[in-house]
Amino acid sequence: MQAFEYVSAKSVGEAVGVLSQHGEGARLMAGGTDVLVQLRAGRRPQVKVLVDVKGIGELNELSYNDRQGLIIGAAVPCYRIYEDPTVIKRYPGIVDSASIIGSVQIQGRASLGGNICNATPSADGIPPLIALGAVCIIAGPNNSRRELPLEQLFAGPGRTTLQNGEMLISVRVPPPPANSGAQYLRFTPRNEMDIAVAGVGAAITLNAAKNTFVSGRVVLAAVAPIPLLVPAAGQALAGKPVNDETIGKAAEAAVAAAVPITDMRGTIEYRKHLVGVLTRRALQGAIQRAKGV
Amino acid sequence: MTTTSGRTNTPATQYKVVGTRPIRHDGADKVTGRARYGLDFNVVGLLHGKILRSPHVHARIKSIDTSAAEKLPGVKAVVTARDFPANPKGQPIDFAEAGADVRVLAENIMAGRVVLYQGHAVAAVAATNEHIAEEALGLIKVEYEVLPALLDVRESMKPDAPLIHEKLTTFFTKDRQGRGENTGVKSNIATHLQFKRGDLATGFKEAHVVVEREFTTSMVHQGYIEPYVSTGQWGKDGRITVWTSTQNPFGIRASTAAILGVPESTVKVVSMEIGGGFGGKQPAYLDPVAAMLSKKSGRPVKIVMTRKEVFDSTGPASGSYLRCKIGATKDGRITAAELYLAYEAGAFPGSPIAGGAMSSFGPYKVENMMVEGYDVVVNKPKVQAYRAPGQPQTNFAVESVVDELAQKLGIDPLEFRIKNATDEGDLMPSGMVFPPMGLKQLEEAMKNHDHYKTPLTGPNRGRGIAVGYRFNGGGVSSATINVNDDGTVALVTGSVDIGGTRTSVAMQAAEVLGLRAEDVTPTVVDTDSIGWTGTTAGSRVTFDTGLAAITTAEEVKRLMIARAAKIWEVPPAEVAFKDGVFTSLKNPNDKLTFKQLAARLRATGGPVTASAINGSTGVGPIFAGNIIDVEVDPETGKVQILRCTAFMDAGKAVHPSYVEGQLQGGTAQGIGWALNEEYFLTKEGGMANSTFLDYRMPTALDLPLIDTVLIEVPNPRHPFGLRGVGEVPIVPPPAALANAIARATGARLTKLPMKPGTIWEAVEAHKAATKTKK
Ligand SMILES: Cc1cc2nc3c(=O)[nH]c(=O)nc-3n(C[C@H](O)[C@H](O)[C@H](O)COP(=O)(O)OP(=O)(O)OC[C@H]3O[C@@H](n4cnc5c(N)ncnc54)[C@H](O)[C@@H]3O)c2cc1C
Repeated sequence: MQAFEYVSAKSVGEAVGVLSQHGEGARLMAGGTDVLVQLRAGRRPQVKVLVDVKGIGELNELSYNDRQGLIIGAAVPCYRIYEDPTVIKRYPGIVDSASIIGSVQIQGRASLGGNICNATPSADGIPPLIALGAVCIIAGPNNSRRELPLEQLFAGPGRTTLQNGEMLISVRVPPPPANSGAQYLRFTPRNEMDIAVAGVGAAITLNAAKNTFVSGRVVLAAVAPIPLLVPAAGQALAGKPVNDETIGKAAEAAVAAAVPITDMRGTIEYRKHLVGVLTRRALQGAIQRAKGV
Repeated sequence: MTTTSGRTNTPATQYKVVGTRPIRHDGADKVTGRARYGLDFNVVGLLHGKILRSPHVHARIKSIDTSAAEKLPGVKAVVTARDFPANPKGQPIDFAEAGADVRVLAENIMAGRVVLYQGHAVAAVAATNEHIAEEALGLIKVEYEVLPALLDVRESMKPDAPLIHEKLTTFFTKDRQGRGENTGVKSNIATHLQFKRGDLATGFKEAHVVVEREFTTSMVHQGYIEPYVSTGQWGKDGRITVWTSTQNPFGIRASTAAILGVPESTVKVVSMEIGGGFGGKQPAYLDPVAAMLSKKSGRPVKIVMTRKEVFDSTGPASGSYLRCKIGATKDGRITAAELYLAYEAGAFPGSPIAGGAMSSFGPYKVENMMVEGYDVVVNKPKVQAYRAPGQPQTNFAVESVVDELAQKLGIDPLEFRIKNATDEGDLMPSGMVFPPMGLKQLEEAMKNHDHYKTPLTGPNRGRGIAVGYRFNGGGVSSATINVNDDGTVALVTGSVDIGGTRTSVAMQAAEVLGLRAEDVTPTVVDTDSIGWTGTTAGSRVTFDTGLAAITTAEEVKRLMIARAAKIWEVPPAEVAFKDGVFTSLKNPNDKLTFKQLAARLRATGGPVTASAINGSTGVGPIFAGNIIDVEVDPETGKVQILRCTAFMDAGKAVHPSYVEGQLQGGTAQGIGWALNEEYFLTKEGGMANSTFLDYRMPTALDLPLIDTVLIEVPNPRHPFGLRGVGEVPIVPPPAALANAIARATGARLTKLPMKPGTIWEAVEAHKAATKTKK
């Protein structure tokens, strides 16, 4: 394994400073379950400094209020998220993903911030967050801050649109509207310790009678170069009755949008087929949750 | 995974120790971390070795420049093939199933002129720490000329295929001992084997229904948790010691000596505790390299493989192509059976086609039979033994076709098997005659089990069964017993303990000496400290080393009787030994317990100690069966195992918990082989998924509770009736699962692994085919 410096940052300013100074040569570390594996495998040869962000207070925040919604600090490990009573009650779609990443051991360290910034198309944490309308809070040099819808963060496999010196502070998820529900489903050959062959996060809002979709967002994992929001699927839902036909239309739109590759995890045909199956199932699951059953 | 054990046919207990479940002797060491594995070994001055490996699957080595690596501070030695003797000679080396000649071993551990698979070693470095060694590898410049690669057995068998080895010619054999003739034909086919009896054409004419199908299986790995690790020390006095993780210390001694060109007696192999092997940890991949680095650097050198190296560069199990055709009459009698198998040998000859052929139709009476096998070299790592080598592949083909045949005839698949079952006196596929065996009892136990009698209901569900057969292993083992003053005994063997054999062997000595299992302290020692002992593989240790322990214990008994006779001044024939007590026949008041006599040994002529080998051998035919219920998600192709019962004829289960453990472990590995495990190749032909994340062995969450049932039909070749139980459990699961999936979905899977995508495709194809028929 290559030699590197280790810095334990105590503030956002300190971390941003190291990033600005070293550029490509510096890399942040939250749980380390991606970055340390990559360093060991020699896949990040340019890294000379590793900046641990777990010691920064803001990145460990996990809070909720009815105005802002849910704040998930970028370094909060998965177990804190899926054990949090508010998250369990209001955001079961996030529990779905946080509780399947790796294994119990991995979940003790892995953060959603790391999952997001590692930016693999197959990341499980991202689709439900995008489906729920999550926004990134990003810090940069000179105490600058900006916000960005999560779906706009991704530039390609393993690449984000973060600029030199920028880092993710947290994601903010709006309060769930009345009569809404979300679910994330992934398909893996094994029941744990596996990478999604395909994944679908769906979030929907129903009318008061719960028989018509007001809106919906469908996001796909592992079938495009980036986590893929499918607007056409949302359009297929909005204003339409809650029935198999509507769900089928949304699933068709998702299948049409998917552009998977054939690799050791599955073929193009199989992955596209799975997108249809998972979209239907995730929408049905989200509807059940919206109906409170 | 817990076990609820059922047992049938157990004779009234006639033993005091055999058949009980004492705590294992090495248990405390293993649960407290006191046990020392290869990685735990450390000495002053230790260097760390790393091996540079080929990125190409087939290439000529044009040049290797190690000068920059040698200059890196901290690097103490660099070796390439040129440092090893050019034409190593030596005895053929005992690897149980996977025999090999020394030159092949030498070429496989360090490539000379060509690399034959991705991961083939080309150079090695020893440095003061592993990071420096790794950095040094990056400084070695190797120039390759890439050659065309052969990755599929059928491609490689084509007459116009490029030759992987210029001098390889096909050896033709009809003999189970592997005798035959060299055809002189240059080819990638190393061996062509044929077992034949009766007349196929007549047999198939007699049949009312004939089923024929083609099958393929992927290369799979044993997946032992502990990677290969070895430390070598080449002393200034010319004596070499290796501390290594192996199943086969005497084989490692022979190969290391032969590859290094030194007398075998100068090499001492210390086998450390082993973290799994399953047949794969028999060859000396690292030991000669560590020793050579030690010679050059003057310091001990430890090499530890990464998981990627284990996958890329050690011996997996053959991928295969098979074709099976079986015919039967309306009333379900098999009239003819034909099997064609072609196995990937990897880069050098030596796939287990004989194993596959010998077991193939073993559970069936077939008058008209032909089995034809081909051992074919391809540009993949050289295969090694994996639990019942070669047999899961042929069993998958045969048991799938048998199942389909029964289905077509409308006969219950178990009834069909019982009707055609072989028994003592029938012929094995190889033409040998079956000794006493428990196939019928096993199949009856399956039929009468609650699992088989409980109907399976619900959509997308199916029940599959399969029966597997493993022929005997064998080989020599040595044992020594020393009687202690306090009446306990020390039992010394050279058999690396993989499956709890310290205890299962000690229990047999205890039975003979009238002691408790706890009174025997078993120790596994290095190759200088015990007589020659064969490998821990082939289901042989509890059987063969157990026999050696029994023979040695008998000798101890004889010496103890002689001592009692001396004390009582009577002839030895007048001393009886029963239930741990020596009694003078002449004066029955003269009694000494084993313990009392042990206390008097030193004063009456010195301690009692004895050594012996196992006289006879013959693990005996062994059968296992599975009943597996599955539910298949028709939309994704994912299989969920609802219920799984594994049956085995153990002959006699010495320590039933360990036998159940073997049955569960083998079944678990068979399930992995069946459903998800495979070498997935890149376009260039290297392994793409060389991590445990993407090489999908089942986790605890993927496995059902595996219920076990032991049948005990004694093996007459062992005083307690044992058979070798380690391997056969892996044989039936792939076919049992394929049969269950066929009954759940209507689709016959003929390709391993039956991963979700493959099942989905097969289900879709089946739906389309049934539609067009309608
Ligand atoms: C055995 C195993 C199983 C796994 N299984 C899954 C799985 O099922 N599903 C799944 O999606 N993933 C899986 N992963 C991948 C990994 O665990 C997750 O992606 C995890 O969420 C990463 O979080 P982390 O905190 O460990 O990230 P780290 O490794 O600390 O960081 C990941 C990347 O993000 C960057 N980064 C971290 N924090 C910030 C920040 N605040 N701002 C900007 N960049 C930042 C780092 O520089 C690095 O490039 C698995 C990993 C392992 C080892």
